[in-house]
Amino acid sequence: MLEQIEGSQAVARAVASCRPEVIPAYPISPQTHIVEALSAIVKAGELGSCQFVNVESEYAAMSVAIGASATGARTYTATASQGLLYMAEALYNASGLGLPIVMTLANRAIGAPINIWNDHSDSMSQRDCGWIQLFVESNQQAADTHVLAFRLAEELSLPVMVCMDGFVLTHAYERVDVPSPEQVARFLPPYEPRQVLDPDEPITIGAMVGPEAFMEVKYLAHLKQMQALDLIPALAFELGEALGREQGALVRSYEADGAETVIVALGSVLGTIEDAVEELREKGVSVGAVSLRTFRPFPLAELRAALQGAKRVVVLEKALALGIGGIVSQNVRIAIAGCDTHVHTVIAGLGGRPITMASLCELLRDADAERLEPMTFLDLDHELVERELQRTRAKRRSGPHAENMLRDIGVVAAGPV
Amino acid sequence: MFQIRIHGRGGQGVVTAAELLSLAAFADGKHAQAFPSFGSERTGAPVTSFCRVDDREIRTREPVVAPDALVVQDATLLHHVDVFAGLRPEGYVLINSARPFAELGLEEWARAFRAERLRCVPASDIAREHPGARPNAALLGGLAALTGVVTLDSLIGAIEQRFGGRGRAGPNAQAARVCFERVSPPPLQAPSGARRTFANGGPARARARARGTPSNA
Repeated sequence: MLEQIEGSQAVARAVASCRPEVIPAYPISPQTHIVEALSAIVKAGELGSCQFVNVESEYAAMSVAIGASATGARTYTATASQGLLYMAEALYNASGLGLPIVMTLANRAIGAPINIWNDHSDSMSQRDCGWIQLFVESNQQAADTHVLAFRLAEELSLPVMVCMDGFVLTHAYERVDVPSPEQVARFLPPYEPRQVLDPDEPITIGAMVGPEAFMEVKYLAHLKQMQALDLIPALAFELGEALGREQGALVRSYEADGAETVIVALGSVLGTIEDAVEELREKGVSVGAVSLRTFRPFPLAELRAALQGAKRVVVLEKALALGIGGIVSQNVRIAIAGCDTHVHTVIAGLGGRPITMASLCELLRDADAERLEPMTFLDLDHELVERELQRTRAKRRSGPHAENMLRDIGVVAAGPV
Repeated sequence: MFQIRIHGRGGQGVVTAAELLSLAAFADGKHAQAFPSFGSERTGAPVTSFCRVDDREIRTREPVVAPDALVVQDATLLHHVDVFAGLRPEGYVLINSARPFAELGLEEWARAFRAERLRCVPASDIAREHPGARPNAALLGGLAALTGVVTLDSLIGAIEQRFGGRGRAGPNAQAARVCFERVSPPPLQAPSGARRTFANGGPARARARARGTPSNA
């Protein structure tokens, strides 16, 4: 049933429809509304014997999730930003042990400087931790993708991270048809673990592996992730049938076929991008867009097919790899290696900087007119940067950048040095 | 698409107001999107929220930069935050104030806009007359009357949906209704131009309000 609902509430209810058995959680903005709602659902007895465990940190949240999952319980948690960093060691253990935990990552920037707003720095920092990473564009996709995530995780015995833009989606009210427990039951069978800690049939999980087999275990983990490239489209189709609406899979194209300039991005910014593409196409500019729905494993072949024929690709990234620039664009370059296509990196929306329709249109027009540099920062305040650079050149003890720049733009919170 | 931006301070229900508006628009069969100015809102700090209403799917996620309507829940923000940034020339403004526009130091600014679309309404006073009510709900009633972006029935329904379980629906719905009546129907535009309507209508309506009579009586 369609309803007007906050994204976090929609995700909480979609997760509840999947009947998790253990939810260890620690609050952190902008994820908190999700686990708060789930704790209320558990408390109300709607999930039977499901255990909601209030833990003391994200490290504990993921550690409890590992333990719970290893005993055969369907396990869910959520985090963001520094919370994800704090659980980093446990993330590798969850994937290395092949535990099908599902986690929502409400994407948020990483400090310092401290910032609670949205970008993709957190997802990107853990892109190689062995978890599958799915990105969603809307709250409807967020709700549906969690259902897919549990099935995918449990079939492959691998953890899955559903990445949704913090605040932009988690705190947005829009219409969502939340998958009901009955709908989910037709798609998601009860969890049948591939490995389980059971006192009646004792085994150990987590052996030390030396040089004789470590590479083989890791190779197998890679192989398993690559299987997701076949499984995700198949499951997306099946879920689409069960829910009566089309599901995104690996990549999704919007007017990209035959377009000279194609912009590639992840997550909720696709909505604004589509509006920009529509407006520019009406004015005769040959542009299209591609949404990367699955980032890990990286859909090389599908992306290559989607970008076939494009003269230039503009990769819009909400994260910055200091010292090199784009992260997504490095992956995109591998996908189209050998093609005569220019790849432009555009760093945008860091720390919650709004990505506006006007800026996107200008960006795409620049690309179309071959005015776009290989690497740019969307709406960067060059003047502000220059003033701070001058200060650092003028005086050795010129003070902290963040405070200096805040004072320059007149933000009161900066305070005196 | 009709875009609304709401300004207020942390604790005044700015975010809730946008959410209520989106619930009402949804009940009217429209597509709606509501979201806050993302951040660590603190009690008393300036807060902004946004709502979009359209007949078709809303894809954009950018903040509302060119609003069709502005709601200012706290008039102390008027000369502190650029609340009017990007307002469309045909835009609506609804300010929570017992004083008319002219007395808020906005007369000069108001000349660029359509006077009958700029209104002040004493939403805080109205809320106080209905214990348990908040000015945000009252203002939404005024916004519904001023712009027609949502129907009063859907707005009352949204208030009941949101606050029904907490026993606060009644007074809030009543405050919204009172505010709706004070603001509607939009006053007729004086033939000699916007400014005159503004200059004559504003204080007159304010006096009517002070007497406790309906503003359009």
